[in-house]
Amino acid sequence: MTRLRAIFLAPAALVMGALFLAPLAIVAAYSLLTRGAYGGLSTPWTLENWARLADPIYGVILLRTVAISAVSTLLCLVLGFPLALFISRSGSRKNVYLNLVILPFWTSFLIRTYAWMFLLRDTGLINTALLALGVIHQPLPLLYNDGAVILGLVYANLPFMVLPLYATLERLDKSVLEAAADLGAKPWAELTRVTVPLSMPGILAGSILVFIPCLGAFLTPDLLGGGKSIMIGNVVQNQFTTARDWPFGAALSLALMAVVMLLLAAVVRRKGAALL
Amino acid sequence: MKRGLALYALGAYAFLHLPLLVLALWSFNASRFTVWQGFSLGWYSAAIADTRLVEAAANSLLIAAIATAASTVIGTLCAYGLWKRNSFTLSNSLYLSLVTPEIVTGVSLLAFFQWMFRYIGVRLGMHTVILAHLAFSIAFVVIVVMARLRTFDASLEEAALDLGANEWQAFRRVTLPVILPGVIAAALLAFTVSIDDYVITSLVAGVDSETLPMVIYSMARRGVSPVMNAISTIVVAGLGLLILASERLQRR
Repeated sequence: MTRLRAIFLAPAALVMGALFLAPLAIVAAYSLLTRGAYGGLSTPWTLENWARLADPIYGVILLRTVAISAVSTLLCLVLGFPLALFISRSGSRKNVYLNLVILPFWTSFLIRTYAWMFLLRDTGLINTALLALGVIHQPLPLLYNDGAVILGLVYANLPFMVLPLYATLERLDKSVLEAAADLGAKPWAELTRVTVPLSMPGILAGSILVFIPCLGAFLTPDLLGGGKSIMIGNVVQNQFTTARDWPFGAALSLALMAVVMLLLAAVVRRKGAALL
Repeated sequence: MKRGLALYALGAYAFLHLPLLVLALWSFNASRFTVWQGFSLGWYSAAIADTRLVEAAANSLLIAAIATAASTVIGTLCAYGLWKRNSFTLSNSLYLSLVTPEIVTGVSLLAFFQWMFRYIGVRLGMHTVILAHLAFSIAFVVIVVMARLRTFDASLEEAALDLGANEWQAFRRVTLPVILPGVIAAALLAFTVSIDDYVITSLVAGVDSETLPMVIYSMARRGVSPVMNAISTIVVAGLGLLILASERLQRR
């Protein structure tokens, strides 16, 4: 078998090596180079790009990114938990309800983000409706702020939360719940003191699965934040396009990548975590 | 509590699906403004008459078709090889490629192509976009095909080998036909991720390789327009159909 297996694996190994690992290695090398004239690269090798990560300007953006991601993750958890609970308790219709969560996830990310621009802008549907109803007299500034970015991130990443939550809730030992009810636990107490603690692996997995794409978000802050709500992803893109400071952009991307891998290692190590 | 939960779920599903449904509905609005002024297909004919859009759509289809064909073949072979015996390095690079932020994948490919091309004098264009799409869609193919292989009874293949088939014949005549629905599902999935990508594509595209998401993005940056609503509806409907087909096949 070994020969056929080797032949079968070779093309994928080649593609991953040449088009994924090698580019990352190039970026690692670039992060240690100096920015040359006209945005080119030149020696000497330096750690300066990495030192710049500590610059307060980028520190603030980094903190903003973490804060926006954390709030979005928390909102996904709060919004996703009852939904996962509902799906896990809906008997034979489970698959339909589950697919209804997954379906929008596979339909164009770009267009789903644009749909919120259509709804939120000054002359968008929400403002038009509220103005027509006389609830407001000035359009509300719904688009191009942190709130819009968080909304977009929650909307885009909710499935990542619901799926692992559903997977753990589905596997909960029903007899434990019955025992709690028999011993006089009210539904609310049963939920907060039995169901939620027992679904911790799903909560953890879901939170990290949402947090990671939020950290690396580019399109959502770009379109819904309108340049006012910048996250790390936008800075990376800017360094490689407009600013043409590739070495610094490379250091930033690798730092982002490192954080993602650390977070992921935390999930994988906990065996209970239900990764898609 | 049960009714409360159901009511909540209704709200949550509205949150997930209404934005696109409303957008689709408004693409039929006769008026350029948000107020409803009657049914019209005008924005659709405007979208089809836009040559830049049509060209970009053709580019997108071509890129997705080539990248999908390549990644389906390579990914299926890879999944089969890994199913026989796992390779730590390869499967971890595949997983890693799946969780790497798109912006990082994009800039690293850009850096890589620029570095390579300095020596061989090639420019960014359709070929770089196709290579990039191939790279990021393989992991999706491997995962879907692998899921299918896990349900495949390996003793069928052993029987074929006992009956005198060689390894290639056993794969080609016994295993592949059984996992074929999974392979097609994987191809549909690879096609959707390819045709939808903006972030990576925009970084590695050249002047001749503007894709549909790139046009949609630049239109979205300029603001909301009813033509955009029409294109969005076409794309979402098309992708939705592909995904439904893929789901069907995966469960077969």
